[in-house]
Amino acid sequence: MKILIIEDDQEAASFLKKAFDEAGHAADVAVDGEAGFAMADGGSYDVYIIDRMLPRRDGLSIIADLRADGDTTPALILSALGEVDDRVTGLRAGGDDYLTKPYAFSELLARVEVLNRRVGSRDVETSYRAGDLELDRLSHTVRRAGQEILLQPREFRLLEYLMRHAGQVVTRTMLLEHVWDYHFDPQTNVIDVHISRLRGKIEKGFDKPLLHTIRGAGYMLRAD
Amino acid sequence: MSVLPAMVKTTAARLSAVYLLLFSVCAIFLVIYVTSLSTRMLEAQTREAILEEISGLGRAYQRGGLPGLVRVMEIRARQPGANLYLITDPNGLVLSGNVESLQPGVLDESGWTERPFVYRRFGENQNQARADGHTAVAQVIRLPNQMILLVGRDLGEPEQFRRLMRRALVAALGLMGLGAIVIWYFVGRRALKRIDSVSEASSQIMAGDLDRRLPVSSAGDEFDRLSDNLNAMLDRIAALNEGLKQVSANIAHDLKTPLTRLRNRAEAALNGDADPAASREALEQTIAESDQLIRTFNAILMISRLETGYSAESTARVNLAAIVADVVELYEPVAEEIGVMLSAQADIAVHIDGNRELIGQALSNVVDNAIKYSAGSSERPAATVSLVKEADAARLVVCDNGPGIPEDEHNRVTERFVRLETSRSRPGSGLGLSLAKAVMIFHGGRLELAGKEGGGLEVAMIFPTGKNG
Repeated sequence: MKILIIEDDQEAASFLKKAFDEAGHAADVAVDGEAGFAMADGGSYDVYIIDRMLPRRDGLSIIADLRADGDTTPALILSALGEVDDRVTGLRAGGDDYLTKPYAFSELLARVEVLNRRVGSRDVETSYRAGDLELDRLSHTVRRAGQEILLQPREFRLLEYLMRHAGQVVTRTMLLEHVWDYHFDPQTNVIDVHISRLRGKIEKGFDKPLLHTIRGAGYMLRAD
Repeated sequence: MSVLPAMVKTTAARLSAVYLLLFSVCAIFLVIYVTSLSTRMLEAQTREAILEEISGLGRAYQRGGLPGLVRVMEIRARQPGANLYLITDPNGLVLSGNVESLQPGVLDESGWTERPFVYRRFGENQNQARADGHTAVAQVIRLPNQMILLVGRDLGEPEQFRRLMRRALVAALGLMGLGAIVIWYFVGRRALKRIDSVSEASSQIMAGDLDRRLPVSSAGDEFDRLSDNLNAMLDRIAALNEGLKQVSANIAHDLKTPLTRLRNRAEAALNGDADPAASREALEQTIAESDQLIRTFNAILMISRLETGYSAESTARVNLAAIVADVVELYEPVAEEIGVMLSAQADIAVHIDGNRELIGQALSNVVDNAIKYSAGSSERPAATVSLVKEADAARLVVCDNGPGIPEDEHNRVTERFVRLETSRSRPGSGLGLSLAKAVMIFHGGRLELAGKEGGGLEVAMIFPTGKNG
C-alpha cells in the first residue's frame, strides 16, 4: 500500500514513515500543505494521512480541493484538536476517518489498512465468508459449517464488521465507532466482553478459532 | 499638605459647590420676594397714613380756616418723624410748610406722586436737607378756595428696610459659604479616610495577604455596603482559588503516581538481565500506562472545553431513550460478567437538543460507576437506568444498590480527580463524574446525586427540554 503522510512535525513524520515501512507499506512524507497537495495531485496513493494544522495550507482545504478534483483516495485526518465538533467538520470536509493526537501507532495502522480496503469491492458484497463461517446480509443469517447460529442484532453487526474486514486488525475504538456509532474511548473492557460473547456463539462446538485477539491492538477475524 | 489637593478633587467638594450655588440662588430669590412684598405693604401703610393726615388737616381747616390749618401744620411739622406739608396759593406761592423746594410741575396735578423732595426734617439743618433730598410719597389736593395742599411722607423707612434685608442677605450668603466649606472639609475628609483605608487594604491583598478583608464600620452606610460586597467577592475568589489549588494538587498527585510507576518499570527493565520476554512485557505495560495517562489528559481537556459552554453547531435533536438503550446494551455484558443486573426503564422517546456522543459518554461513565460500585457489595447487585419526562425537563436516572456515597461528599465527588478513600484502590481516573457533570453543564442541565433508602446511589442527569421536548 502506498501512503502519503502530510505532517509538519518532522520527527513524528519520520517515525510514521519508518513504522509504515516496517509494517510492509511504502510511505512518502510532505512537511507542508502546499508540498503535500502537489504530491497528492501528481502521485497515485492508496491512502492519505493528513495533519489538520499545517504550515502554508491547512489539512481540511487540501482534502476539499482533492475531492473537488475528483480524487476519491481515502484520507485520514490527524488532529491535535479534540473539540466536540472537530470530528464532524473534518469528515464533512471530505475526510474518511479522524484520529486525535496522541494516538497509538497500532490504532493508526489498523485504521489506514481498513481505509485502503474500502476502495476494494468488498463493501458492496451481500454476503461474507470466512472459512466455514457465512454471513448473509440480506437474510440476516449466520451459518457455520451449514449450521445456523442465532445472533442478537448488535452481535450480527459486530460480526458483519469483523467479516467485512477479515484478515485486518480492528481496534476497540473502531468497533465502538462502526458497530455502536459512538466515538468515545470506552473506559472499561466493554468491547472485550461483547467479543467474548460473540466468540462463544461462533466458536463453541467448533474446533477452529476464528476470532483472534491481537495483543496491544485489537481483534482480527481470520480463517486459517 | 497633600490632603488638600486630593480633597478638592473629591465628590464631597463638587457636591458642596453645587449645593452652595443652589442654596444661594434660593436665598437671593427668597430675600427679593420678601423685600418687595414688605415694601409694597409699607407703602400702602404710608399712603393710608397720609390720607388720615389729610382728613385731620381738613378738620382743622373747617374749625379755624386757613390760619388754623397753617398753625396745625406748623406744629405737626416740628415733631420728630414729621410728614411733609406744603400749602400754596393757586399760583404756586408758598404760604406755609416744611418743604423747601419742589421739582417743577409737582403741584399741577392732583393725586399721588412719588419723587425726591427737599424738606426740613426735625433736628436736621438746612444744608443737609438741601444736599440730599428725600424720596417721599405725597398727595396733592386742591382746596375749595383754589389753595393747593400737599401732604407727604418720607419713604426712608422702606429704604432702610431694604438696606437691612440686603445686609441680611449678604450675611446669610457668607454664612452658607462658610458652612459649605466646613461640611465639605469634614465630609470630604471622612470619605477620603474611608477610601484610603479601603485602598490600603486592597493593596495589601494584592501584595499577597489574601486573607485580609476590607474594613467595615458599624455605620452601615454606602461605604460599608461597598466593602461588604467587595469582601463577598474576595471570599468567592478565595474559594475558587482554593478549588483550583485543590485540583492542581489532585492532578499533580494523580499523575505523579503513574509516572513514577512508569519510570520505575523502565528503569527495572533497563537494569534487569536481558530477558527479551520480560523487557517486552515491561514495554507493553509502559505503553498501557502511558495510554491511561493520555486518556486522563484528554478527559481534563474535554472537561475544560465543555465548561466553556454550549455550541448549537455540535448539537442536534436526539432521543434520550435511544441513548439509554445503546448504553445499556453496551454495558449489559460487562455487568453480567461481574454479576450485576443492569436494566433500563426508558420506553417513551424523549427528544432534546443535545450531542448524542457526549450524552452517551456521560451516561456510560455514570453506568460504569454504578456497575463497578454495586458489584459484590450487596446480595443482589443491580443497576437501573430510567428515563422520566417531566414538565420542562428530562431526568435520566441511574440507580445502584452499592454502598452509596455519604451525603456530605455528594458535591465533592463531581470535582476533578476527587476519589473517595474507599475507592482509591479501584481502577479509574477520578474524572468520570466530573466529565458527566461538564456534559450536563454543556447542555444547560445539571447532575444531581442522592442517597437511596437502604443504601445505594442515585445519579440524576437532568436535561432542560423546553416546552415541546
